[in-house]
Amino acid sequence: MRCDGTAAPRTPAGIGVNASIALILVQDGVTNGAIYALLSLALVLVFAVTRVIFIPQGEFVAYGALSMAAVTAGFLPPTMWLVVTLGIAVALVDSVAALREGAAARLPMIILKNAVLPVLALLAVRYLPLKTLAYPLQIAVALLFVVPLGPQIYRLAFQPVAEATVLLLLIVSVAVHFVLLGLGLYFFGAEGGRTPAFTDGGFNLGASYIQFQTLWIVGIAAVLIAGLALFFEHSIYGKALRATAINRTGARLMGISADLAGKLCFTLAALVGAFSGILIAPITTIYYDTGFLIGLKGFVGAIVGGLASYPLAAAGAILVGLLESYSSFYASAYKEVIVFTLIIPVLLWRSLTTHQVDDEEH
Amino acid sequence: MKPLILETQDLCVAYGRVEAIHKVSIRIREGEIVTVIGPNGAGKTTLLSALMGLLPARGDIRYQGQLSSGSTAVDKLVGKGLVLVPEKRELFGSMSVADNLLLGAFARHRRGLRDHAKTMDEVFAIFPRLAERRTQEAGTLSGGERQMLAMGRALMAKPTLLMLDEPSLGLAPLIVREIFRIVQQLKAMGVSILLVEQNARAALQVADYGYVLENGSVALENDARSLLDDPRVIESYLGLGGSHSIAA
Amino acid sequence: MALITPNRALIAFMLAVAMVPLFAAQFTVTLVNYIGLSALVALGLVLLTGIGGLTSFGQAAFVGLGAYTTAYLTTRHGISPWGTLIVGMAVTTAVSLALGFITLRLSGHFLPLGTIAWGISLYFLFGNMEVLGGHGGIDSIPPVDLFGLELGSSRAFFYVIWATLLAAIVTTRNMLDSREGRAMRSLRSMTMTEAMGINTLRYRMVLFMLAAQFACVSGWLYAHLQRFVNPTPFSLGHGIEYLFMAVLGGAGAVWGAVFGAGAVTFLKEWLQDLLPKLLGASGNFEMVVFGLLTIAVLHRARDGMWPILMRAFGNLAPQRAQTGSVEPALPLPRRDPQPHGSEVLQVVNVTKRFGGLVANDRMNLTVRAGEVMALIGPNGAGKSTLFNCISGVNPPSEGEIRFMGQRIDALGSREIARLGMSRSFQHVRLNADMTVLENAALGAHLRGRKNFVQSAWRLDREEERRLLWEAAHQLERCGLGEHLFDAAGSLPLGKQRIVEIARALCSDPTLLLLDEPAAGLRHLEKQALAELLSKLRGEGMAILLVEHDMDFVMSLADRVVVMEFGEHLAEGLPQEIQTNPKVLEAYLGGVEA
Repeated sequence: MRCDGTAAPRTPAGIGVNASIALILVQDGVTNGAIYALLSLALVLVFAVTRVIFIPQGEFVAYGALSMAAVTAGFLPPTMWLVVTLGIAVALVDSVAALREGAAARLPMIILKNAVLPVLALLAVRYLPLKTLAYPLQIAVALLFVVPLGPQIYRLAFQPVAEATVLLLLIVSVAVHFVLLGLGLYFFGAEGGRTPAFTDGGFNLGASYIQFQTLWIVGIAAVLIAGLALFFEHSIYGKALRATAINRTGARLMGISADLAGKLCFTLAALVGAFSGILIAPITTIYYDTGFLIGLKGFVGAIVGGLASYPLAAAGAILVGLLESYSSFYASAYKEVIVFTLIIPVLLWRSLTTHQVDDEEH
Repeated sequence: MKPLILETQDLCVAYGRVEAIHKVSIRIREGEIVTVIGPNGAGKTTLLSALMGLLPARGDIRYQGQLSSGSTAVDKLVGKGLVLVPEKRELFGSMSVADNLLLGAFARHRRGLRDHAKTMDEVFAIFPRLAERRTQEAGTLSGGERQMLAMGRALMAKPTLLMLDEPSLGLAPLIVREIFRIVQQLKAMGVSILLVEQNARAALQVADYGYVLENGSVALENDARSLLDDPRVIESYLGLGGSHSIAA
Repeated sequence: MALITPNRALIAFMLAVAMVPLFAAQFTVTLVNYIGLSALVALGLVLLTGIGGLTSFGQAAFVGLGAYTTAYLTTRHGISPWGTLIVGMAVTTAVSLALGFITLRLSGHFLPLGTIAWGISLYFLFGNMEVLGGHGGIDSIPPVDLFGLELGSSRAFFYVIWATLLAAIVTTRNMLDSREGRAMRSLRSMTMTEAMGINTLRYRMVLFMLAAQFACVSGWLYAHLQRFVNPTPFSLGHGIEYLFMAVLGGAGAVWGAVFGAGAVTFLKEWLQDLLPKLLGASGNFEMVVFGLLTIAVLHRARDGMWPILMRAFGNLAPQRAQTGSVEPALPLPRRDPQPHGSEVLQVVNVTKRFGGLVANDRMNLTVRAGEVMALIGPNGAGKSTLFNCISGVNPPSEGEIRFMGQRIDALGSREIARLGMSRSFQHVRLNADMTVLENAALGAHLRGRKNFVQSAWRLDREEERRLLWEAAHQLERCGLGEHLFDAAGSLPLGKQRIVEIARALCSDPTLLLLDEPAAGLRHLEKQALAELLSKLRGEGMAILLVEHDMDFVMSLADRVVVMEFGEHLAEGLPQEIQTNPKVLEAYLGGVEA
């Protein structure tokens, strides 16, 4: 809900918040918090493995939601042209690199994988009856033309400067955010998008009404988080990503290339971002620039975890969600101010407990 | 004579304008232990880094007959069985011993080879201590155990040529002896080994052939046994000979 | 004589700018005004990013702070603009110091993240506070009155903006070319800078505060130029645009800020016009272009466009000679010398653990004035660890270290440097972009007193001459007299090590700690180094060195301590050590039981 600046805080006069309002606020807070938690996990992962502070995470949320809106309305996701263009760009860059290494034999595979495949996917999807497709298939189509942007962006924007300082990577990251934001306006226009709920309706719990979509969001977020945990704990690729985060040189010596690890975690981050967008699109209208603030709230969670701890980041993100829903009730005009000011005590606490570190050394 | 597995020709490595390695030519044959010894700062670690593709180098490096001078990515070389156990061990400190070992097999996994469980049993047979500590975090291991884990992790890649950088570094004599016993055992299993050591006597006792590196160049090379008795080796280490170096 | 020199080019540029309000159209005047305002903010980012290695996305919020402070106070309380400028700067100081206190102790990326949050918060605050006019903003801001002259038109205000910018540039350059400026330029190498006795946190705070002040002044100027403020120009997006200006222009040079601000402002104007026509759709295409441009510049030219321009320009004009001169000055005061043979450093039972590893185990050693003590041992014996314990870079886990009779094992490297201990590093830590002379002068930091405000206004010149004279003198002694004005990074590694020794000598140390000083030196250079160290010993200096070159050690050292497995293995005269069987064993090793 959006309130103008002059709105007085809606504190019920004389009485405390009753239980049903509290329940609604908690429901709101946990729903949003679940999304922030997903995003903050992806942010921690990307930072730990590549040292990139992934500001464009929010654009993936918006792209995911708005692509889904396009698909459910029976249109092709406009991002497909970006996927095809970047695919060709990646093919070009990789081909040049392969030729320099004297490995011309790899060219056909490079071109097939990066340039031909997206075009084929595009052609295939063109003939699908998008509007009447089953909901999960619509999700798949939306994801198909958003998620590849993750590894493509890593290859083009970050891989060439993978060894640079965190600061330089951060500036590149902000530049990518600008590019995606500008393109977002072009692709999706200034109008917001909304999608039908996974399941319509809801049920009464005591005095409050709970939407089914809320359950979907919290449930799927929980499943995704568990899935990520399983991936990191039990698959060799997940372990390789953790190893890269712990010791870059050691990982390289085991044949885990930094490029591979980078692409892999950008793919995961793009997937998490786009899926988060698809999850919330039925309950919030998403505009091309909505993602940025959502992504930043994930960041507040990630910073609570010091950009290093997954459980702390998730807990911090839930806290952000709750804080947001309560402050939008009590002081809606200052909602964003309150949420982002939370970062200050968190940083203060970190600053007083962390030992000073030299960026130049390990 | 057995076929060459690794050969360098006039290899030079520079940090900025300073050459750390100057025209080094070495050869390693299949199934041999070749050692590169020399005092601190002679350029031994730099040499290994260049062989592994971690540092840009001039001159030729041939691994299994293929030219790889500088442009081949580390993960490609690991995939072809060239594995380095670095001086700093570079373990994954907050991961378990078993996970560290598993990641040693990452390059094989990528090529579709899935015999990790069997390989890990073989590694445990060589380093029983690691089997006892399989669930422990690598960061909590003692110095000797860390070296064993670093070697075990490298063996998980089923190396054709194993390069060991100062495996005895900072270890007590009893453990050094154990490490060198294992080096010999690996040779018996058919692994070729390039052993870089400061501990010259121990290295020469297990090696077939040796190079003495001094100020970035090969100052001496010979059968390991002959080098063991060469007084110039001692001079190179402790500067007993006054101001001249053995290369002069 | 060349027709184009940097100074002439600068004067020509300034004259051209000065002509703008006289002849150009209103539109151009407005544009150039905005360039001046942006350049001031970007200049702050040059200090923060190019010099300090930090960054901020929240500068637009500081601009807003300056603009809103004056807008509110002049319209609601009738305070004069000059008064509100002072209030605005005071508020900015308070806010920037508070933010800096919170984020600057943490590693570098927490500051930008903090500024993103702060930028968003302040933007929403501006837009939602009724007293600040909400999203509508505040209008009817009075014009600035300068000596009775009302600067109401944008043509008249033009000169105020550009004079402010020019003053900011000149004072910034002065400040960077001084004792405190050298400290600021070395902030990226924190360990080394702290070991020179420099409080790095303080200088990071100063840089952040200055960057905020520049932004605040820019906001004040903006408010009185527009005579109206609303929250839009202070959003996070604009904060990011300021950073793009600094990065594209070149964050390493003060003129990069002006160039970046000019290029981005013009380009934006042009693109906003051109791109929609070209693409037949409306959208923020200039955002896309700036993003792509920034990525491309950071991939190809991390220092921005300014150095590239300078190089192109350098091809037209003759190379500026890499020489200069150091004016003679009074020598700096020195410490009281220690009597020969008195114990300067005592290391007693020092143990250092890293996790489960014991790197130093109950180490003992003593260094006396007028003595060269060598610390040797095989790789991994723990020599550098012990050095780090002694110099406070990485304090010991247990044991006692006394320097000049005082316990120092709990002190940081900065305090220890203050007491008269100076060191070199195993891996050379020089500021590669500074001249050899400036690098050495960094070592004399503690022997000066003038602060950055004094140096901005050139009130530090006498002291500066004395510091540089001392640096030049120490470099001469070390045989680097002909390299004073070379960039330190251009010297061979061996000579860079000698620069580190000269830098250490500039602090007038009682104890000199040298980590592998002879590595990478040629034979003759080693001899010269040995002579220098003997001479210093003769003057009563205590020297502790780690070295692998045994010829060097054995011919120079008075006593030798040998370490193995972090323990004290042997100690004695060089010839005793060379024949000690335990030492031979440690070096050559052996597997026989």
